[in-house]
Amino acid sequence: MAGPMERMMSKNKATVFIRLKDGVLDPQGLTIERAIKNMGYDAVKSVRSGRFFELELGEDSDSKGKVTEICQKLLANPVIENFNVDFEE
Amino acid sequence: MKFGVVTFPGSNCDYDAFAAARLIGEEVEFLWHQETDLKGCDVVILPGGFAHGDYLRSGAIARFSPIMKSVAGFAKNGGLLFGICNGFQVLLESGLLPGALIRNRDLRFRGRDVYIRVERNDTPFTNGYKIGDVLKIPIAHKDGNYYNFRGDVERLKKKNLVVFRYCNREGEITDQSNPNGSADNIAGIISDSGNVLGMMPHPERAMEKILGSDDGYKMFESVRDFINRSVIIEKA
Repeated sequence: MAGPMERMMSKNKATVFIRLKDGVLDPQGLTIERAIKNMGYDAVKSVRSGRFFELELGEDSDSKGKVTEICQKLLANPVIENFNVDFEE
Repeated sequence: MKFGVVTFPGSNCDYDAFAAARLIGEEVEFLWHQETDLKGCDVVILPGGFAHGDYLRSGAIARFSPIMKSVAGFAKNGGLLFGICNGFQVLLESGLLPGALIRNRDLRFRGRDVYIRVERNDTPFTNGYKIGDVLKIPIAHKDGNYYNFRGDVERLKKKNLVVFRYCNREGEITDQSNPNGSADNIAGIISDSGNVLGMMPHPERAMEKILGSDDGYKMFESVRDFINRSVIIEKA
């Protein structure tokens, strides 16, 4: 029987990044950008905010396809957001 | 006729909508989000609030509540569907109306009276108004900034699907009277098919002068008159 450590190691993981599409107003990003400039840093030209999710996956052979489906249906709003997924085994 | 008000976990304007329907003397029933039966309602209201905590994005989870399948089918068959505030967000997330509502441009939750101008009075929801009427109606939201691609906003305008726009007391469309940064001061839109309306302001909170405004009263009356007229036409 696999111990808890091995079970954790054997899990597949998907990391989902959600980004606002180009041209979509990002008031949060702009506010953070202003704060950085107010702190005196001039190295940062602009900031865009986003979100990320970590999904632990089961053994299902098509879990990758399903994660993409879940992104399209739920995690991202296709009107304003793009997503990409990193898979780790 | 009968109004139906959907309650999601986190809805908090469902009782206001319920009371508004009662105030105009009509029957009204709550529809719990786990149900699938619309109980013969002639119009379904998706009320304001924070359905499912507004987690992920406003309206994103509510879209998958069991009742939404019935609601979408109801709308597809021409049933009147009325999304207010969070209900409007649910309609957009469900794809029943086009576009998205993003964070207000100043990042603040805005809860106050605003003025909106009636752009169309040939809809089931606004037939009691005149075009150009200025209504004082409260807003209460943080994600009310209507966004769509420039071309899609133009399409909405060309097809005349914008029903309400933010304006000043005089009815002028100005940037200053835009409380959230919405494209083209859009406060409410209607579907191509003319039976699905979504709006950010709360007409159900503007039903009695003693509460500051009764400018929302005619919206509920419009719905009733539309339904009653269709019943007469069906019977004739």
